[in-house]
Amino acid sequence: MHGLVNRAIQRFVIDSYGEAQWQTAALRADVGVVEFEAMARYDDEITPMLLTAVCDVLNRPYEELMEDIGTYLVSHQNVKALRRLMRFSGVDFVDFLHSLDELPERARLAVANLDLPELELRQNTPGYYELHCAGPLSGSGYLMMGILRAMADDYGALVYLEHVGVEEDRERIGVSLLEAEYAEDKGFALGAQAG
Amino acid sequence: MTKTSQSDMLDMICPMHLVLGNDGTILSAGPTIRKTLGDGFCDNTELRDLFDVKSPQDGANSAPLSDLSGQKLRLRAKTVPDLELKGVLMPGLPNGQYLLNLSFGINVVRAVQLYDLTAADFAVTDLTIEMLYLVEAKSAAMDAFEALNAKLEKARVAAEQQASTDALTGLSNRRALDVAVATLVQSCEVFAMMHLDLDFFKAINDTYGHAAGDAALKRVAHVLTTETRSRDIVARFGGDEFVVILRDAIDPKGVERIADRIMRALGEATDIEGEILSLSASAGTAISTDYPAPDAEAMAMDADLALYAAKRDGRGCHRFYHIDMRQPANAALQAEADKRIA
Repeated sequence: MHGLVNRAIQRFVIDSYGEAQWQTAALRADVGVVEFEAMARYDDEITPMLLTAVCDVLNRPYEELMEDIGTYLVSHQNVKALRRLMRFSGVDFVDFLHSLDELPERARLAVANLDLPELELRQNTPGYYELHCAGPLSGSGYLMMGILRAMADDYGALVYLEHVGVEEDRERIGVSLLEAEYAEDKGFALGAQAG
Repeated sequence: MTKTSQSDMLDMICPMHLVLGNDGTILSAGPTIRKTLGDGFCDNTELRDLFDVKSPQDGANSAPLSDLSGQKLRLRAKTVPDLELKGVLMPGLPNGQYLLNLSFGINVVRAVQLYDLTAADFAVTDLTIEMLYLVEAKSAAMDAFEALNAKLEKARVAAEQQASTDALTGLSNRRALDVAVATLVQSCEVFAMMHLDLDFFKAINDTYGHAAGDAALKRVAHVLTTETRSRDIVARFGGDEFVVILRDAIDPKGVERIADRIMRALGEATDIEGEILSLSASAGTAISTDYPAPDAEAMAMDADLALYAAKRDGRGCHRFYHIDMRQPANAALQAEADKRIA
């Protein structure tokens, strides 16, 4: 598993709950590492063990934890770069939804061998979409829910999100677009990071 | 096709376009070229009022449009500073008109910032947005790698430092000293090598405890560091043995002065783990210019012989190596050696 994933978990715990809680969780996970490097690679077993330990220490259910991590990745001030990279995908929230199919490829363009869940968007009825989400971590559907929730907020769209179950190893997330321009778009300048 | 819908089509498909009459008059312009040129643009000017042709031929401004069409053009803006565009020009529009499509080329990243461009300023099919994404993503990845490199470098330096340092005193250890001396020899520098032992170290340990013994060693380290220059090398060889390398010090009088200062400073009574003690040391020195060719091993052996001589002479003193010292009372040397092991 790419270090970015474990590093993200670490940053989430530290930024949301403090360094002490992270130390406790990392030691409890007993994976031999307390400080993860974003650009290193780690054994695949480590990530689930880390998540379990974090759940135990923070006393949160796994699904809620995954969702919180997703929200954190897009909305926390310490990880501004990720929110910007996501915004490139779509000019508005609907456009962003349609680009989710390509998200894993986009990620690999930036960081080779970064494994993100395979995503597929299906539109069944106007205003209602279903995102199918598979691997590599269990509960990646909940992670995507957190991401979608935060991105909708960023674009200024009002949505209702629901985890509607698992079908053949694929998690299904229902996305109801209630209002595309509900609130002000938080803004995205193409050239902000350049030069 | 009516003119209106042609403009709409071109604005949508190539927002950085110009429609030209065959004399070069600008008949219409896409929104992004208008935005980029800003005040430098007004309708019914000529292409040549706005741009110089850089390539295919620098200054081919007076060439007819037909000569310029169907090839890659490099155009330099005349009304906006520092703006170069790529272009391709083709006839084929109604009424003998030409279509010139323009782009920023590799400068697009800079241009987006400079002219405050958004996704709406590029055709939906344009790869600009993807390119900007890639530039930003790669930049973030590079930053992360650079941070990792810096961390690793810091750790490497710290590890090297640790491997070269005596933990108790902070002085160089034997490994670091060997490297330093080898360098001096290789660069043909002259130096004096002083071997110094703390006298009665075992007695201090036995009488006052190991904490006091450690404190005594630290006191020696402090004195040696203080009484030498920053370019000199002070090392602890382990136990109660120290080595001082005095660079450029080949005048025996100068070395003797330093040795005296060391002995005097050690002799001052100081607090050693709660006990007021004065220390004493024995020292022996070899000087590199006394050798036909610099030889660290020989100097070390000879400094040791001089050190033994200092001990034999009653301790608390300093001796220079002398050829006589190689004539041991072998037994006396052996006795000294035995005492040191004890």
